[in-house]
Amino acid sequence: MQHTSTQDTLVGLFVAAGIVGLLFLALQVSGLSAFIKEDTYTVTARFENSGGLKVKSAVSSAGVKIGQVSAIKFDPTTYESVVEMRINSRYNTLPDDTSASIFTAGLLGEQYVNLVPGGSDETLKDGSMIELTQSAIILEKLIGQFLFKSAEEKAETNK
Amino acid sequence: MIQFVQYLGRTTRTSFTKLGRGTFFLLHTLAGIGDVLPRPRLILNQMYSVGVLSFLIITISGLFVGMVLGLQGYYILSDFGAEETLGVMVAASLVRELGPVVSALLFAGRAGSALTAEIGLMKATEQLSGMEMMAVDPIKRIISPRFLAGLLSMPLLAALFSMIGIIGGFMVGVGLLGVDEGAYWSQMQDSLDFQDDIVNGVIKSLVFGFVATWIALFEGYDTIPTSEGVSRATTRTVVNSAFSILGLDFILTALMFGD
Repeated sequence: MQHTSTQDTLVGLFVAAGIVGLLFLALQVSGLSAFIKEDTYTVTARFENSGGLKVKSAVSSAGVKIGQVSAIKFDPTTYESVVEMRINSRYNTLPDDTSASIFTAGLLGEQYVNLVPGGSDETLKDGSMIELTQSAIILEKLIGQFLFKSAEEKAETNK
Repeated sequence: MIQFVQYLGRTTRTSFTKLGRGTFFLLHTLAGIGDVLPRPRLILNQMYSVGVLSFLIITISGLFVGMVLGLQGYYILSDFGAEETLGVMVAASLVRELGPVVSALLFAGRAGSALTAEIGLMKATEQLSGMEMMAVDPIKRIISPRFLAGLLSMPLLAALFSMIGIIGGFMVGVGLLGVDEGAYWSQMQDSLDFQDDIVNGVIKSLVFGFVATWIALFEGYDTIPTSEGVSRATTRTVVNSAFSILGLDFILTALMFGD
Protein backbone atom coordinates (compact mmCIF):
# COMPACT_ATOMS: atom_id res chain seq x y z
CA MET A 1 0.00 0.00 0.00
CA GLN A 2 2.89 2.28 0.86
CA HIS A 3 4.21 1.74 -2.63
CA THR A 4 1.06 2.83 -4.44
CA SER A 5 0.66 5.95 -2.32
CA THR A 6 4.21 7.12 -3.17
CA GLN A 7 3.38 6.44 -6.79
CA ASP A 8 0.22 8.53 -6.49
CA THR A 9 2.20 11.39 -4.99
CA LEU A 10 4.75 11.25 -7.80
CA VAL A 11 2.03 11.21 -10.45
CA GLY A 12 0.36 14.13 -8.67
CA LEU A 13 3.62 16.06 -8.63
CA PHE A 14 4.18 15.28 -12.30
CA VAL A 15 0.73 16.51 -13.31
CA ALA A 16 1.12 19.63 -11.15
CA ALA A 17 4.52 20.34 -12.74
CA GLY A 18 3.00 19.92 -16.20
CA ILE A 19 0.19 22.34 -15.38
CA VAL A 20 2.69 24.84 -13.98
CA GLY A 21 4.52 24.51 -17.30
CA LEU A 22 1.36 25.26 -19.28
CA LEU A 23 0.49 28.22 -17.04
CA PHE A 24 4.04 29.53 -17.37
CA LEU A 25 3.78 29.36 -21.16
CA ALA A 26 0.38 31.07 -21.14
CA LEU A 27 1.16 33.87 -18.67
CA GLN A 28 4.88 34.52 -18.73
CA VAL A 29 5.68 33.66 -22.35
CA SER A 30 2.64 34.80 -24.31
CA GLY A 31 1.72 37.57 -21.87
CA LEU A 32 -1.92 36.47 -21.75
CA SER A 33 -2.42 38.16 -18.38
CA ALA A 34 -1.94 41.60 -19.92
CA PHE A 35 -5.07 41.03 -22.01
CA ILE A 36 -7.55 39.60 -19.60
CA LYS A 37 -7.57 41.92 -16.67
CA GLU A 38 -7.45 45.28 -18.40
CA ASP A 39 -10.41 47.24 -19.74
CA THR A 40 -10.02 48.91 -23.08
CA TYR A 41 -11.92 51.31 -25.29
CA THR A 42 -11.88 51.34 -29.06
CA VAL A 43 -11.09 54.28 -31.31
CA THR A 44 -10.65 54.30 -35.07
CA ALA A 45 -8.46 56.33 -37.37
CA ARG A 46 -8.37 56.61 -41.16
CA PHE A 47 -5.03 56.58 -42.89
CA GLU A 48 -4.27 57.20 -46.52
CA ASN A 49 -1.78 54.33 -46.26
CA SER A 50 -1.23 52.18 -43.19
CA GLY A 51 1.96 50.60 -44.58
CA GLY A 52 3.23 47.55 -42.72
CA LEU A 53 0.99 48.06 -39.70
CA LYS A 54 -0.46 44.77 -38.46
CA VAL A 55 -3.11 43.61 -36.04
CA LYS A 56 -1.52 43.55 -32.57
CA SER A 57 0.95 46.32 -33.47
CA ALA A 58 1.56 48.69 -30.59
CA VAL A 59 -0.25 51.98 -30.03
CA SER A 60 1.90 54.31 -28.02
CA SER A 61 2.00 57.88 -26.88
CA ALA A 62 5.16 59.69 -25.76
CA GLY A 63 6.99 56.39 -26.20
CA VAL A 64 4.81 54.43 -23.78
CA LYS A 65 2.64 51.56 -25.03
CA ILE A 66 -0.98 52.37 -24.22
CA GLY A 67 -2.85 49.90 -26.43
CA GLN A 68 -2.77 47.85 -29.59
CA VAL A 69 -4.23 47.71 -33.07
CA SER A 70 -7.25 45.39 -33.08
CA ALA A 71 -8.32 45.50 -36.74
CA ILE A 72 -7.27 47.00 -40.06
CA LYS A 73 -9.84 47.29 -42.85
CA PHE A 74 -9.96 48.81 -46.29
CA ASP A 75 -12.78 51.28 -46.94
CA PRO A 76 -13.90 50.69 -50.54
CA THR A 77 -15.68 54.07 -50.87
CA THR A 78 -12.92 56.40 -49.70
CA TYR A 79 -10.01 54.05 -50.55
CA GLU A 80 -8.56 54.59 -47.10
CA SER A 81 -7.26 52.21 -44.49
CA VAL A 82 -9.43 52.12 -41.34
CA VAL A 83 -7.40 51.18 -38.30
CA GLU A 84 -9.18 50.15 -35.13
CA MET A 85 -7.23 50.52 -31.91
CA ARG A 86 -7.94 49.29 -28.41
CA ILE A 87 -6.58 51.67 -25.82
CA ASN A 88 -6.26 50.86 -22.15
CA SER A 89 -9.05 52.50 -20.13
CA ARG A 90 -6.50 53.86 -17.69
CA TYR A 91 -5.52 56.34 -20.38
CA ASN A 92 -8.96 57.88 -20.93
CA THR A 93 -7.87 61.52 -20.83
CA LEU A 94 -6.63 61.77 -24.42
CA PRO A 95 -8.18 64.89 -26.04
CA ASP A 96 -10.43 64.34 -29.07
CA ASP A 97 -8.11 66.32 -31.35
CA THR A 98 -5.31 63.83 -30.75
CA SER A 99 -3.41 63.09 -33.94
CA ALA A 100 -2.26 59.63 -35.01
CA SER A 101 0.75 58.84 -37.14
CA ILE A 102 2.42 55.59 -38.13
CA PHE A 103 6.07 55.36 -37.19
CA THR A 104 8.71 52.69 -37.48
CA ALA A 105 10.67 51.57 -34.46
CA GLY A 106 14.24 51.81 -35.68
CA LEU A 107 15.28 51.43 -39.30
CA LEU A 108 13.98 47.90 -39.77
CA GLY A 109 11.71 47.63 -36.72
CA GLU A 110 7.99 47.06 -36.42
CA GLN A 111 5.57 49.80 -37.33
CA TYR A 112 3.41 51.30 -34.61
CA VAL A 113 0.79 54.00 -34.17
CA ASN A 114 1.96 57.08 -32.31
CA LEU A 115 -0.66 59.31 -30.72
CA VAL A 116 0.16 62.97 -30.07
CA PRO A 117 -2.39 64.65 -27.78
CA GLY A 118 -3.91 67.95 -28.89
CA GLY A 119 -5.37 70.72 -26.75
CA SER A 120 -9.11 70.10 -26.77
CA ASP A 121 -11.16 69.80 -23.56
CA GLU A 122 -13.23 66.90 -24.89
CA THR A 123 -11.68 63.43 -24.55
CA LEU A 124 -11.69 60.42 -26.86
CA LYS A 125 -14.42 57.92 -26.00
CA ASP A 126 -15.26 54.39 -27.07
CA GLY A 127 -16.05 54.51 -30.78
CA SER A 128 -14.50 57.94 -31.39
CA MET A 129 -12.69 58.70 -34.60
CA ILE A 130 -9.27 60.31 -34.72
CA GLU A 131 -9.46 63.02 -37.43
CA LEU A 132 -5.83 64.05 -37.78
CA THR A 133 -3.71 61.29 -39.22
CA GLN A 134 -0.40 60.95 -40.95
CA SER A 135 0.34 57.95 -43.15
CA ALA A 136 3.12 55.46 -42.79
CA ILE A 137 6.45 56.44 -44.21
CA ILE A 138 7.16 53.94 -46.97
CA LEU A 139 10.89 53.44 -47.21
CA GLU A 140 10.77 52.31 -50.84
CA LYS A 141 8.91 55.46 -51.84
CA LEU A 142 11.46 57.66 -50.10
CA ILE A 143 14.35 55.87 -51.76
CA GLY A 144 12.56 56.13 -55.10
CA GLN A 145 12.06 59.86 -54.67
CA PHE A 146 15.65 60.33 -53.62
CA LEU A 147 17.02 58.43 -56.60
CA PHE A 148 14.74 60.27 -59.00
CA LYS A 149 15.77 63.60 -57.57
CA SER A 150 19.51 62.90 -57.69
CA ALA A 151 19.18 61.66 -61.27
CA GLU A 152 17.38 64.89 -62.16
CA GLU A 153 20.11 66.99 -60.55
CA LYS A 154 22.74 65.08 -62.42
CA ALA A 155 20.95 65.65 -65.71
CA GLU A 156 20.78 69.37 -64.99
CA THR A 157 24.46 69.73 -64.14
CA ASN A 158 25.36 67.83 -67.32
CA LYS A 159 23.47 70.29 -69.52
CA MET B 1 11.72 -9.53 -63.09
CA ILE B 2 8.61 -11.51 -62.21
CA GLN B 3 10.08 -12.10 -58.77
CA PHE B 4 10.63 -8.38 -58.30
CA VAL B 5 7.00 -7.61 -59.19
CA GLN B 6 5.87 -10.37 -56.84
CA TYR B 7 8.03 -8.96 -54.08
CA LEU B 8 6.67 -5.46 -54.68
CA GLY B 9 3.09 -6.66 -54.62
CA ARG B 10 3.61 -8.73 -51.48
CA THR B 11 5.29 -5.87 -49.61
CA THR B 12 2.58 -3.41 -50.58
CA ARG B 13 -0.11 -5.83 -49.56
CA THR B 14 1.43 -6.67 -46.20
CA SER B 15 2.01 -3.04 -45.35
CA PHE B 16 -1.61 -2.17 -46.16
CA THR B 17 -2.77 -5.17 -44.16
CA LYS B 18 -0.71 -3.93 -41.27
CA LEU B 19 -2.14 -0.43 -41.55
CA GLY B 20 -5.62 -1.95 -41.55
CA ARG B 21 -4.84 -4.02 -38.44
CA GLY B 22 -3.40 -0.92 -36.81
CA THR B 23 -6.54 1.10 -37.53
CA PHE B 24 -8.76 -1.66 -36.22
CA PHE B 25 -6.56 -1.89 -33.14
CA LEU B 26 -6.84 1.87 -32.62
CA LEU B 27 -10.64 1.78 -32.87
CA HIS B 28 -10.76 -1.10 -30.42
CA THR B 29 -8.50 0.83 -28.03
CA LEU B 30 -10.61 3.97 -28.30
CA ALA B 31 -13.75 1.93 -27.66
CA GLY B 32 -12.06 0.53 -24.54
CA ILE B 33 -11.48 3.99 -23.08
CA GLY B 34 -15.07 4.16 -21.87
CA ASP B 35 -14.49 1.09 -19.70
CA VAL B 36 -11.21 2.43 -18.31
CA LEU B 37 -12.45 5.82 -17.12
CA PRO B 38 -14.39 4.42 -14.11
CA ARG B 39 -11.12 2.81 -12.97
CA PRO B 40 -8.63 5.70 -12.74
CA ARG B 41 -6.20 3.53 -10.77
CA LEU B 42 -5.21 1.79 -14.00
CA ILE B 43 -4.45 5.09 -15.74
CA LEU B 44 -2.62 6.43 -12.70
CA ASN B 45 -0.26 3.45 -12.60
CA GLN B 46 0.53 3.94 -16.28
CA MET B 47 0.95 7.71 -15.89
CA TYR B 48 3.69 6.80 -13.44
CA SER B 49 5.65 4.61 -15.83
CA VAL B 50 4.96 6.70 -18.94
CA GLY B 51 5.01 10.22 -17.50
CA VAL B 52 6.87 10.36 -14.20
CA LEU B 53 9.73 8.15 -15.37
CA SER B 54 10.16 10.33 -18.50
CA PHE B 55 10.24 13.47 -16.36
CA LEU B 56 13.98 13.49 -15.76
CA ILE B 57 15.12 12.98 -19.37
CA ILE B 58 12.64 15.62 -20.57
CA THR B 59 13.68 18.28 -18.05
CA ILE B 60 17.41 17.75 -18.46
CA SER B 61 17.21 17.71 -22.26
CA GLY B 62 14.98 20.78 -22.16
CA LEU B 63 17.49 22.64 -20.03
CA PHE B 64 20.37 21.89 -22.38
CA VAL B 65 18.40 22.57 -25.55
CA GLY B 66 17.36 25.95 -24.12
CA MET B 67 20.91 26.77 -23.08
CA VAL B 68 22.27 25.92 -26.54
CA LEU B 69 19.54 28.01 -28.17
CA GLY B 70 20.48 30.91 -25.92
CA LEU B 71 24.14 30.61 -26.82
CA GLN B 72 23.72 30.12 -30.58
CA GLY B 73 20.95 32.70 -30.79
CA TYR B 74 23.12 35.24 -29.02
CA TYR B 75 26.04 34.75 -31.41
CA ILE B 76 23.82 35.15 -34.46
CA LEU B 77 21.68 37.99 -33.16
CA SER B 78 24.61 40.00 -31.83
CA ASP B 79 25.90 40.25 -35.42
CA PHE B 80 22.82 42.34 -36.16
CA GLY B 81 22.83 44.13 -32.85
CA ALA B 82 19.55 42.47 -31.99
CA GLU B 83 20.44 40.62 -28.77
CA GLU B 84 17.23 41.92 -27.19
CA THR B 85 15.17 39.62 -29.39
CA LEU B 86 16.92 36.56 -27.93
CA GLY B 87 13.88 35.83 -25.77
CA VAL B 88 11.63 35.79 -28.83
CA MET B 89 13.93 33.44 -30.69
CA VAL B 90 14.33 30.99 -27.81
CA ALA B 91 10.66 31.00 -26.86
CA ALA B 92 9.25 30.85 -30.39
CA SER B 93 11.48 27.99 -31.49
CA LEU B 94 10.78 26.05 -28.30
CA VAL B 95 7.03 26.59 -28.11
CA ARG B 96 6.34 26.09 -31.80
CA GLU B 97 8.79 23.38 -32.80
CA LEU B 98 11.42 22.03 -30.46
CA GLY B 99 9.22 21.62 -27.39
CA PRO B 100 6.62 19.33 -28.99
CA VAL B 101 8.99 17.60 -31.45
CA VAL B 102 12.03 16.87 -29.28
CA SER B 103 9.95 15.86 -26.28
CA ALA B 104 7.90 13.56 -28.53
CA LEU B 105 11.08 11.96 -29.92
CA LEU B 106 12.42 11.48 -26.40
CA PHE B 107 9.02 10.19 -25.34
CA ALA B 108 9.05 7.64 -28.16
CA GLY B 109 12.54 6.53 -27.19
CA ARG B 110 11.99 6.45 -23.46
CA ALA B 111 8.34 5.49 -22.96
CA GLY B 112 7.33 4.10 -26.37
CA SER B 113 10.07 1.49 -26.53
CA ALA B 114 9.29 0.41 -22.96
CA LEU B 115 5.60 0.02 -23.84
CA THR B 116 6.38 -2.08 -26.91
CA ALA B 117 8.79 -4.32 -25.04
CA GLU B 118 6.37 -4.75 -22.14
CA ILE B 119 3.38 -5.66 -24.29
CA GLY B 120 5.50 -7.72 -26.68
CA LEU B 121 6.80 -9.79 -23.76
CA MET B 122 3.29 -10.15 -22.39
CA LYS B 123 2.33 -11.61 -25.74
CA ALA B 124 5.44 -13.81 -25.98
CA THR B 125 4.80 -15.23 -22.51
CA GLU B 126 1.14 -15.75 -23.43
CA GLN B 127 -0.18 -13.45 -20.72
CA LEU B 128 -2.46 -11.77 -23.25
CA SER B 129 -3.95 -15.09 -24.41
CA GLY B 130 -4.30 -16.03 -20.72
CA MET B 131 -6.43 -12.96 -20.19
CA GLU B 132 -8.57 -13.85 -23.16
CA MET B 133 -9.07 -17.32 -21.67
CA MET B 134 -10.43 -15.65 -18.54
CA ALA B 135 -12.79 -13.58 -20.70
CA VAL B 136 -10.86 -10.38 -19.94
CA ASP B 137 -10.37 -8.24 -23.02
CA PRO B 138 -6.60 -7.51 -23.01
CA ILE B 139 -7.13 -4.40 -25.11
CA LYS B 140 -9.47 -2.87 -22.56
CA ARG B 141 -7.44 -4.00 -19.57
CA ILE B 142 -3.88 -3.48 -20.83
CA ILE B 143 -3.84 -1.26 -23.92
CA SER B 144 -6.48 1.43 -23.31
CA PRO B 145 -5.09 2.65 -19.94
CA ARG B 146 -1.61 2.91 -21.44
CA PHE B 147 -2.96 4.78 -24.44
CA LEU B 148 -4.79 7.31 -22.25
CA ALA B 149 -1.75 7.74 -20.01
CA GLY B 150 0.45 8.46 -23.04
CA LEU B 151 -2.07 10.89 -24.48
CA LEU B 152 -2.35 12.79 -21.18
CA SER B 153 1.37 12.81 -20.39
CA MET B 154 2.64 14.08 -23.71
CA PRO B 155 1.29 17.69 -23.55
CA LEU B 156 2.45 17.99 -19.95
CA LEU B 157 5.94 16.79 -20.87
CA ALA B 158 6.10 19.13 -23.88
CA ALA B 159 5.01 22.11 -21.76
CA LEU B 160 7.64 21.24 -19.16
CA PHE B 161 10.27 20.90 -21.87
CA SER B 162 9.44 24.36 -23.26
CA MET B 163 9.33 25.97 -19.83
CA ILE B 164 12.65 24.54 -18.71
CA GLY B 165 14.17 25.40 -22.10
CA ILE B 166 13.07 29.03 -21.86
CA ILE B 167 14.52 29.20 -18.36
CA GLY B 168 17.75 27.62 -19.67
CA GLY B 169 17.92 30.23 -22.44
CA PHE B 170 17.32 32.89 -19.80
CA MET B 171 20.15 31.56 -17.64
CA VAL B 172 22.64 31.63 -20.52
CA GLY B 173 21.40 34.77 -22.28
CA VAL B 174 20.71 36.98 -19.29
CA GLY B 175 22.92 35.34 -16.69
CA LEU B 176 26.10 34.70 -18.66
CA LEU B 177 25.96 36.84 -21.80
CA GLY B 178 24.34 39.95 -20.35
CA VAL B 179 21.14 40.35 -22.39
CA ASP B 180 18.74 42.75 -20.69
CA GLU B 181 16.34 40.83 -18.45
CA GLY B 182 13.33 43.06 -19.14
CA ALA B 183 13.88 42.88 -22.90
CA TYR B 184 14.13 39.09 -22.79
CA TRP B 185 10.67 38.70 -21.27
CA SER B 186 8.83 41.71 -22.69
CA GLN B 187 9.86 41.09 -26.31
CA MET B 188 8.83 37.48 -25.85
CA GLN B 189 5.42 38.48 -24.50
CA ASP B 190 4.90 40.99 -27.30
CA SER B 191 5.75 38.57 -30.09
CA LEU B 192 4.20 35.32 -28.94
CA ASP B 193 0.47 34.87 -29.04
CA PHE B 194 -1.52 32.59 -26.76
CA GLN B 195 -3.82 31.28 -29.49
CA ASP B 196 -1.32 31.08 -32.33
CA ASP B 197 1.72 29.77 -30.50
CA ILE B 198 0.90 28.18 -27.16
CA VAL B 199 -2.39 26.48 -28.10
CA ASN B 200 -0.96 25.26 -31.41
CA GLY B 201 2.07 23.86 -29.58
CA VAL B 202 -0.22 21.97 -27.21
CA ILE B 203 -2.26 20.63 -30.15
CA LYS B 204 0.95 19.44 -31.79
CA SER B 205 2.06 17.62 -28.66
CA LEU B 206 -1.37 15.98 -28.32
CA VAL B 207 -1.16 14.71 -31.91
CA PHE B 208 2.40 13.44 -31.37
CA GLY B 209 1.39 11.77 -28.10
CA PHE B 210 -1.52 10.09 -29.86
CA VAL B 211 0.60 8.80 -32.73
CA ALA B 212 3.65 7.78 -30.70
CA THR B 213 1.57 5.86 -28.14
CA TRP B 214 -0.53 4.23 -30.84
CA ILE B 215 2.57 3.03 -32.73
CA ALA B 216 4.26 1.78 -29.55
CA LEU B 217 1.20 -0.14 -28.38
CA PHE B 218 0.37 -1.57 -31.79
CA GLU B 219 3.93 -2.74 -32.47
CA GLY B 220 3.93 -4.46 -29.09
CA TYR B 221 0.54 -6.05 -29.66
CA ASP B 222 1.37 -7.08 -33.23
CA THR B 223 4.82 -8.48 -32.44
CA ILE B 224 5.99 -11.94 -33.44
CA PRO B 225 6.00 -13.68 -30.04
CA THR B 226 9.71 -14.51 -29.86
CA SER B 227 12.60 -12.64 -28.29
CA GLU B 228 13.80 -11.63 -31.74
CA GLY B 229 10.31 -10.45 -32.66
CA VAL B 230 10.11 -8.28 -29.54
CA SER B 231 13.48 -6.71 -30.24
CA ARG B 232 12.47 -5.97 -33.84
CA ALA B 233 9.16 -4.52 -32.74
CA THR B 234 10.94 -2.22 -30.28
CA THR B 235 13.26 -0.97 -33.00
CA ARG B 236 10.32 -0.41 -35.35
CA THR B 237 8.53 1.58 -32.66
CA VAL B 238 11.37 4.06 -32.31
CA VAL B 239 12.01 4.35 -36.06
CA ASN B 240 8.36 4.61 -37.12
CA SER B 241 7.51 7.03 -34.30
CA ALA B 242 10.38 9.30 -35.30
CA PHE B 243 9.27 9.28 -38.95
CA SER B 244 5.64 9.91 -38.10
CA ILE B 245 6.42 12.68 -35.62
CA LEU B 246 8.71 14.56 -37.99
CA GLY B 247 6.41 14.07 -40.98
CA LEU B 248 3.32 15.13 -39.06
CA ASP B 249 5.22 18.10 -37.68
CA PHE B 250 5.78 19.38 -41.18
CA ILE B 251 2.09 18.99 -42.07
CA LEU B 252 0.89 20.56 -38.82
CA THR B 253 3.30 23.47 -39.14
CA ALA B 254 2.14 24.12 -42.69
CA LEU B 255 -1.48 24.07 -41.52
CA MET B 256 -1.00 26.16 -38.39
CA PHE B 257 1.57 28.80 -39.15
CA GLY B 258 1.26 29.27 -42.91
CA ASP B 259 -1.26 32.10 -43.07
